[in-house]
Amino acid sequence: MARLDKVESGKHFKKRVLVGRLSKTNGKLVTPKTAPFIFIAPAVLLLFAFTLYPVISSFLLSFQTLVEGERVFSGLDNYTRLFHDPLFYQSLINTFQLLIVQVPIMLFIALTIAVTLHSPIVKMNSFFRISFFMPAITALVAASIIFMILLDENYGLVNYVLSLIRVEKIPWFSDPLWAKVAIIIVMTWRWTGYNMIIFLAGLQNIPHELYEAASIDGAGKISKFFHITIPQLKPIFIFTVVLSTIGTLQLFDEPFILTEGGPNNATMTITLYLYLNGFKYFDFGYASAIAYVLVLIIGMISWFQLKLVGDRD
Amino acid sequence: MRNQYSLLNKIVIYSFLLIGVIISIGPFYWMFIGATHPSGEIFNIPPQLLPGDYLVENFISLQESLGMLKIIWNSLFIALTFTVLSTLISAAAGYAFAKFQFKGRDKIFFMLLLTIMIPYQVTLIPLFELMVSLEWLNTYSAVILPNLAFPFGIYLMRQNMKSIPDSLIEAARIDGAGEFRIFFTIVLATMRPALAAVAIFLFMFQWNNFIWPLVILNSSEMFTLPVALSSLIGMARVDYGQLMLGATLSTLPIMIFFLILQKQFISGILGGSVKE
Repeated sequence: MARLDKVESGKHFKKRVLVGRLSKTNGKLVTPKTAPFIFIAPAVLLLFAFTLYPVISSFLLSFQTLVEGERVFSGLDNYTRLFHDPLFYQSLINTFQLLIVQVPIMLFIALTIAVTLHSPIVKMNSFFRISFFMPAITALVAASIIFMILLDENYGLVNYVLSLIRVEKIPWFSDPLWAKVAIIIVMTWRWTGYNMIIFLAGLQNIPHELYEAASIDGAGKISKFFHITIPQLKPIFIFTVVLSTIGTLQLFDEPFILTEGGPNNATMTITLYLYLNGFKYFDFGYASAIAYVLVLIIGMISWFQLKLVGDRD
Repeated sequence: MRNQYSLLNKIVIYSFLLIGVIISIGPFYWMFIGATHPSGEIFNIPPQLLPGDYLVENFISLQESLGMLKIIWNSLFIALTFTVLSTLISAAAGYAFAKFQFKGRDKIFFMLLLTIMIPYQVTLIPLFELMVSLEWLNTYSAVILPNLAFPFGIYLMRQNMKSIPDSLIEAARIDGAGEFRIFFTIVLATMRPALAAVAIFLFMFQWNNFIWPLVILNSSEMFTLPVALSSLIGMARVDYGQLMLGATLSTLPIMIFFLILQKQFISGILGGSVKE
C-alpha cells in the first residue's frame, strides 16, 4: 500500500507541475512503475496455477499410495516398486533403443539433404525445401494413422511395393523388432525435414569469407567441408541432438496410435507406461513416480549434452 | 567451378532429392486419394492412384459416426482462442521483461526459463485431478487453460521486444498515451512479424496437441480432431475411408496455411531457434 500511495502522490505532484500534459495517466493505477507487474501478472498467475502447483503436487503424490480409497504417505514405496518393475525397465530399454537408432539416422539424412540443397548445383531450392518440410506440420496422430495404413501387413502399400521386388511380407506390427522399425520410420518421416531446415539455416549462416579464405589457401571442396562446414555447424548440431533426445524420451503419440505398446510390450515407452498407469489403472502415485524418474533422466542427459558443448568452447 | 559438376553428378543428386520428395509428400497424396475412396478400395491391388468419387459419402459417414462438424468446430475454437490469448499473454509478459526495469525482474525471468525444461508428463496427473475437482472435464477451458502461459512464447517475445527503440515508447508517454495504449497500439503494431511467428507456433501446438485433450475429454462431442481420429481406430470395424478423410481434415487447413505463409511458418515452428 505504501508504495501505491507514493505513486499516487507523485502523480498529484506531476499534475500540478505539468498541467494537462500528462492528464491521461493522472489518477490511474497504471503508471510506468506499475505497468510491468500488470503485464506479467496473467503469465505469472497461470504458471503458478498450472505449472508450479502441479509440479509440487505430483512430487508429493509420488510418495503416496491408495489404500482402501484413501491416499496414504508411503515413503519411497512407489520408487522401490518402480525399480523392481520389469515392465518399467522394458519401457526404459525400448525408449533408449529407439533413441540410439532413430536420432543418428534422422540427423544424418537431414544433414545430407541440407548440404545437398545448400550446394550451388541444385536449382528449385524452395520447392525442395517446402516438400521436405511438409511432414513437420502434420499432427503426429495423423502421421501415425497414415503409416498405420501404409504399413498394413496384408494389404498395405509398402508391403505391396516390396512384393514387386520379391521381398516377403514384413510383419510391421506383429513382430517386436519390426514394430520398433515402424515407429522409427514414422518418427523419421515426421522430423527429418524439421531438422533439415535447422541445418540449412545453420549452413546459410556460415560466413562466405571463411570459404573464400580457404580457397585462396588452396583448400579443396572436401577439405573445406571437414574444416569449415562441420566445425561451424557444431553448435546447431548439438542443439538438434538435444531437441531430438528430449523429444524421443517423451515419445507417446506414435506408439499409442500404432501399436499401443505391443506386440509383447516391444514398443512400450516411458510416457506410454506413465499414461497407462495414470489413466487406465488410475494409480496416480505410481504414475507420478514414473514422471519424476523421467524428469531426472531428461535433466541428466540434457545437462550432460550441454556440458559437452560448454567444455569445448 | 561450374563444369566440375558432370551430368552424371547432377542425375545422381536430383534422383536422390526426388526420392526424398516422393517419400516426404507421397503419403499426403495417398491420404487425399484415400479420403475419396470407400474403405474397401483403399487396399486395392494395384493401389488407387487417382481420386475417387466417395468423398461426400465418407464425410457423411464421418459425421454420423463422430459428429465431425462439431469436432472440427471444437478443434478450431480451442486452437484459435488459445492462440489469441496465449500470444497476447506472451507479448505482454515479453514486453515487460524486455522494456521495463522492475524489482525481481531477472529472478522471475530465470524461473520462467526453468519451467521450459519441465516435461509435460509431470503436470499431467495433478492437472487432471485439478480439472476433476473444478468439474471441468469435457470443457474447452480445461483444454485451453493449462498451456495458456507458454514460457517459450514469452521467451521469444522478450527476445524480439528488445529491438523496440526506447525512444518510441518514451515519445508516446510524453504525448500522454497510457501504458495499455502504448502496448496495444505501438508495441503490438511494430511487433507484427514476431507475433505472427509466435502465433503460428502456438496454433500448431494446440491444433496437434494430443495427450492432454485425450486425458481431459472423454465425451465424443467435445473431442478435438486428433482425439477423434484415435477413437476411430479403437472402433470394432475400422473404416479406412473415414480414417483417411479424418487425417486429411486435420492436415489440410495447416497445409494451406503453410503454403501461403511459408516464411512465418518456418520461423514459427523452429521457434526462432535459428535466424533465417
